[in-house]
Amino acid sequence: MSTQNTRVQEQLSKQPKVLWRNILVFGISAVIILFSLDYINYRGLTETGVEIAFNILKSVFTPNLPFLLNFTTKTGVPYLILETAAIAFLGTIIGSIISIPLAFLSSRNIVPAWFTHIGVAMITVIRTFPAVVYGLMFIRVTGPGAFTGVLTLAIASVGMVSKLFIETIEELDPGIIEALDASGCSGIQKVQYGIIPQLLSNFLSTAIYRFEINVKYATILGMVGAGGIGAPLIFAINAYRWGDAGALLIGLIIFVLIVEAISTFLRKKLA
Amino acid sequence: MDKIKQFILPKPITLGNGKVVQPKMSPAIYVVPILAFITIYSVNLTKFKLETLFRRGYQFFVILDGMIPPNFAYFDKVWAPLVATIMMSVIGTLVGSILALPAAYLSSENMMKSKFVKFITKAFFSVVRTFPILVLALLFRIIFGIGAFAGTMAIGVFTFTIMTKMFYELIDTADMGPFEAIMSSGASRIQAFWSAIMPQLWGQYYSLILYNFEMNIRNAAVLGYVGAGGIGIILNERLGWRLYPDVGLILLVMMVTVYLIETLSRTIRKNLL
Repeated sequence: MSTQNTRVQEQLSKQPKVLWRNILVFGISAVIILFSLDYINYRGLTETGVEIAFNILKSVFTPNLPFLLNFTTKTGVPYLILETAAIAFLGTIIGSIISIPLAFLSSRNIVPAWFTHIGVAMITVIRTFPAVVYGLMFIRVTGPGAFTGVLTLAIASVGMVSKLFIETIEELDPGIIEALDASGCSGIQKVQYGIIPQLLSNFLSTAIYRFEINVKYATILGMVGAGGIGAPLIFAINAYRWGDAGALLIGLIIFVLIVEAISTFLRKKLA
Repeated sequence: MDKIKQFILPKPITLGNGKVVQPKMSPAIYVVPILAFITIYSVNLTKFKLETLFRRGYQFFVILDGMIPPNFAYFDKVWAPLVATIMMSVIGTLVGSILALPAAYLSSENMMKSKFVKFITKAFFSVVRTFPILVLALLFRIIFGIGAFAGTMAIGVFTFTIMTKMFYELIDTADMGPFEAIMSSGASRIQAFWSAIMPQLWGQYYSLILYNFEMNIRNAAVLGYVGAGGIGIILNERLGWRLYPDVGLILLVMMVTVYLIETLSRTIRKNLL
């Protein structure tokens, strides 16, 4: 055996032994899967399952065109999408505005450490409730419609947005503020030139990202009657009106793709 | 007035060495009016009224009030759907994540040479990703019937599309040195991928799986709403019957579960990276 070969052998024997770890990981996974299969109770397709799956596919390619291209009345797909966009936009704006003070009061470099626990606990509690439950709570306040959707998305956004805001605030560079202090800036000037420029682009980026999520969330709102494209879509699918469902799905796909593209573009510019 | 003028059209500044600098116009000049216009338009369209909020805001707390104290006696009935929810998420996440591995290979910039395949896979996944998980659940419920299997399928497909995107972005940024070294020793692209790229990414891959699992536990809670199994079914039922103390307990149990799973998964993920 040549020297080089022994070296390779030596190196190989130094590698960590992963066999037992792998067996353990796969064993645990296998046990979990076997247990889960019992819960999932696959009973095969429904009698009409295949036919329905085929209809769903067909519907996206043969949508109800008059419904999809109805730009004039309030019952067409374009108006529903516009409404969804408006709900998501206002929801994001209000959610972000609520998040700003909440985030400042939960950041370790702004307030004492013990105080941050109050804010963080509040955010955790707000995050617990599913959006659907908020929807039902707000329906009592404002009745079914787009207004309820706005409020629901606003409060559903607070959890994630304020978490990301806190991260941004905690990364504030104190050096810049000290430098402004040293050059004799007043408090307002320090905020204007030292703090806002550091936070603004990250805050906007977070808000834009959340808008993207809210647009998708808007479908969930349909379930509780909180406006937007969700309710008509769910009704169309449940009633097997495949032409309408196809039109709504195409509208939703195009709309989400456009929003994603704009959001990625804007966030790249802000970064 | 001068301040506003200064803000819109900043005066040129003469530096110490005599150089004249023209400060840039602030982007706020066009961003603020655009945002204001969209906001006003949306307020009108959604019939947003602060006045209603103040007048009837207390109604929001009626349900919340009903949830306290939660009905702890109901716990016996929450147990089974809770386990079902977790199991749905486990299977859905695992299946979706495993399928995402080859799909991510097919859509990654540096692994897949064929532009055509890359375009097809990327376009397909972008379109499927636009489907909210609820719509997927609704469609699968109609195809597979009411129950946990439809929910599992929805979670699986949802995870599949998201994991594919997250993972091909990781592959794109992987170190290509070892890959080229193994290629030059005569291995095929797939062999080289498996033995040079994947060892760099296993930790992050497991971490992504856990992250998706956390997300799916939250998602699984709403799937019951369309009859796709799990704890959402009883949540929907109790909300419909206005048994708010039961709803309170369901939400409490969900909160504790999500908290435990997130803590566990974050501890594991920290050790993985």
